[in-house]
Amino acid sequence: MFLAAEHRGDSLNNIRSALSVLVYPIQVAVSFPADTVEYFHTTAFTNSQLKAENERLKVEQLENKTKLLKLESLEKENIRLRALLENSFKLGAQVLNAELLAVNLAPYEHIVVVNKGNRFGVNSHQPVLDGHGIVGQVVRTLPFSSEIMLITDPNHAIPVQVNRNGLRTIAIGSGRINRLNLPFLPNNADIKPGDLLVSSGLGGTFPQGYPVAVVDEFIVQPNKPFADIKATPKAKLDRSRELLIVWSNETPVPLTEVDMGAQTEINDAEQ
Amino acid sequence: MPNNNQSYLVYYGLTIIIAMGLKILPLPGAANAFNPDWVLLVLIFWSLAIPERIGVLNGWFIGLLIDVLTGRMLGQNALVYSVTCYFSIKFHKRIRQYPTPQQSIFIFVSLLFAQLLIFWIENMQGGNRFHWGFWLQTFIGALCWPLISFLLSFIRIQGRIV
Repeated sequence: MFLAAEHRGDSLNNIRSALSVLVYPIQVAVSFPADTVEYFHTTAFTNSQLKAENERLKVEQLENKTKLLKLESLEKENIRLRALLENSFKLGAQVLNAELLAVNLAPYEHIVVVNKGNRFGVNSHQPVLDGHGIVGQVVRTLPFSSEIMLITDPNHAIPVQVNRNGLRTIAIGSGRINRLNLPFLPNNADIKPGDLLVSSGLGGTFPQGYPVAVVDEFIVQPNKPFADIKATPKAKLDRSRELLIVWSNETPVPLTEVDMGAQTEINDAEQ
Repeated sequence: MPNNNQSYLVYYGLTIIIAMGLKILPLPGAANAFNPDWVLLVLIFWSLAIPERIGVLNGWFIGLLIDVLTGRMLGQNALVYSVTCYFSIKFHKRIRQYPTPQQSIFIFVSLLFAQLLIFWIENMQGGNRFHWGFWLQTFIGALCWPLISFLLSFIRIQGRIV
């Protein structure tokens, strides 16, 4: 019990790190069968399959490139417009590719373990993404691994906004891997099934503008103050093995069009 | 047996490590919630079998490792395991005499008590919503006891651990 009390102050992190080195081999060993299956799955591709995939990826790459071309000009335009508004512009600066360890910690929590930890400079409260959207945030780092709380964990909440009209709210995990709840919107809120929810950037943990979920149910509850709204996460929470850990709180991108005086002003305003 | 005074450590360590692996093994779908606490079962077996060698402190240390392994608050499982170990060691003479089904009932009560402690500690940390499988896993653990008892007794005889 004394230990439990002591841990309130987070003073035992060193002991935890030391012990984690002892148990890390077990996690790797448990994860091994899944990794091997994955390995054989990828090596057993036939040549024609590889060719087909290569072809498909090339087409995709071309499409993405053309989209990026447009995005670049849009981004410049956005920066210019923001400069007009004397607003700062943030960008996710750096990402780290981490691979999931196939282990299950506690069945009533949605926490996963990845194979990158302190050694790679991962810190807690860093946002984690995959190719489709926001996955969650780092809750604890150990020397060789870190624990990531998914956005569907019952204890997790993420500030979001509706992409269509900018309506801000909070999405709370439901404990089910394919479900988010939006419990704080009134019955007359302008939101409907099919709306994309993106992160609003409030709270400072998650970068702004990444897709989080799609609304799929909007039930008006006439006798209650708030509507019952459910959403499905965009990220493939139970399927993706490769995750991106993002460093988002980097310094704001300098606005090239603005002179130094205005820039410091912007930095001040940002703080 | 003068030559295998310490050999029990190998068997004990190996079984605990395998149990740790089973505990964090990802199972498909909802089956995860029903995965019993293998480490605690193995720990109970060894504290019933060789109580002179396995102590409460040992249970505490294993619990600490489990805390780190499963990302709980440090000391939570350590407390639960040492309490369970204490009762198993205290009652080992009586429990050993029981036939296996009756032992299962003792195991069920121990696991339920351990689970209650975990429930209590987790709730003190706030905001956890438990699946009903949280309680069912104690029942499954008790059902697994004959299997574990049989396997570990076999290992014990093979290793000539006294």
